[in-house]
Amino acid sequence: MEMKADNAMEVIFDAKSENESFARVTAAAFCTRLDPTVEEIADIKTAVSEAVTNSIVHGYEGIEGKITLKVSLVGQEVRIEVHDDGIGIENVEQAMEPLYTTKPEQERSGMGFSFMEAFMDELKVYSGKNSGTTVIMKKRIGVEN
Amino acid sequence: MEAAKSAANEEMQENKHTDYIYMVTGDRLVISMNAELDHHLADEMRDVIDTIIEERGVRHLIFDFSKISFMDSSGIGLIMGRYKKLQENGSISIAGANDSIQRIILISGLHKLVHTCKDVSQAAKNIEK
Repeated sequence: MEMKADNAMEVIFDAKSENESFARVTAAAFCTRLDPTVEEIADIKTAVSEAVTNSIVHGYEGIEGKITLKVSLVGQEVRIEVHDDGIGIENVEQAMEPLYTTKPEQERSGMGFSFMEAFMDELKVYSGKNSGTTVIMKKRIGVEN
Repeated sequence: MEAAKSAANEEMQENKHTDYIYMVTGDRLVISMNAELDHHLADEMRDVIDTIIEERGVRHLIFDFSKISFMDSSGIGLIMGRYKKLQENGSISIAGANDSIQRIILISGLHKLVHTCKDVSQAAKNIEK
């Protein structure tokens, strides 16, 4: 059961690589009211960028589709959800292993999930073959200030 | 109407090219990014860099990060790919990376493969040594 958010936003955009910067900047901008540090903003931008890139490259494999980005704030915690209706991940555990990639020919580094894990406090991935993917990440920010 | 559309398209094309600029001096290629290094920019730059490496006999590649403040794992993939091409007879340098990009470089282990320098001129000096 999720706590009721103090503030929330939702955007739906095309799964195009030029929207990666839009997504991470939008998410970071929405979090600024919690007075995050420069480092925390960089963490959020990286994590969102990784999740959205995964949806574009792996979820939709470059084919048209929509991505939903939801950001909500509860106290000092930010919750970020990135959802796509792409091909999904058959084996989530394997996909999350560091350096594992299904697309080495596209020079994917296999570090996407590792970065999301490293830069956020919590990461959950819900997916299955042909059923899209939802990534939920949480992080407490602005606590030092 | 059509003329305005075409002018707008032309402008977009030009902006696209300002996402990065490059300079070749001898066997050295300096590539300076003006836009954040993500999957979008990495895909745009990959073939251009590889063509220059092949056609101009580039051995040393310097990535100039001094104008940008963001890179994600797609940037790591791009740099790793060029490292694989140049590692035998050349080198890769990363110049002017800010703290958050440095952190990405450290976490990925890339710092073990490339030279990190404070700016392009230091990177160039290191290559000449």
